Amino acid sequence: MANLVLPDAVLVKNYISGDESALATLIERHQSKIYGFIYSKINDRDLSDDIFQDTFIKVIKTLKLQSYNEEGKFLPWVMRIAHNLVVDYYRKAKKMPYQRDSEEFSIFSFMTDNSLNVEGQMISEQVELDLTKLLEQLPLDQREVIMMRMYQDLSFKEIADLTGVSINTALGRMRYALLNLRKIIEKNQIILTN
Amino acid sequence: MAKLYSKKKLAAQKMKPKKETIAFLLNFSKALSIHKVGNSSFEIIAN
Repeated sequence: MANLVLPDAVLVKNYISGDESALATLIERHQSKIYGFIYSKINDRDLSDDIFQDTFIKVIKTLKLQSYNEEGKFLPWVMRIAHNLVVDYYRKAKKMPYQRDSEEFSIFSFMTDNSLNVEGQMISEQVELDLTKLLEQLPLDQREVIMMRMYQDLSFKEIADLTGVSINTALGRMRYALLNLRKIIEKNQIILTN
Repeated sequence: MAKLYSKKKLAAQKMKPKKETIAFLLNFSKALSIHKVGNSSFEIIAN
């Protein structure tokens, strides 16, 4: 039970030191992600089980050989092994992956479109327009810093150089600009959300 | 704001490997020992 809260790195360490239950916890923790990933590429239950098994055989051998290097994290490492085995499978079979939606798997559970819908875009444009109007109410020096930082993506050092002030002054102006913007927003009860 | 009823949650079902696969891996791990000798390594599977 205590294993449930242990981070992967500790479980890996415990497993290398001989604690077999650590492996069970690691598999239990990550099996659905790894298996889901394999199944999304293979679309066959039995083959996915085989590749899942081969993946963990490699994991076990690498860990027992003590050649695992905890540079990255455990899950990305296992996913990379699984990915390589999937590539090997297609190389051997000379097949192209083919994805068909089924009851137990939908491609849309992995692929999502995070872009805004038309309504979201309109709201976003309106918010940006309102913000431009708000910025016009700020003193010139503060507005200048906001525009350079947020719209032109300049660093504070660049802003300081361009406006001929110290970095601290530029930072201070940014701070006051944000405080003033908040005040104007609160005063006018403007809602800027998308 | 109108709710978008067209959006639906897609396939949240978690997929898992067979229990036999997991059992095999755990038994394999228990049975396997690897010994390094110089540059070579020897795998021993206990019955």
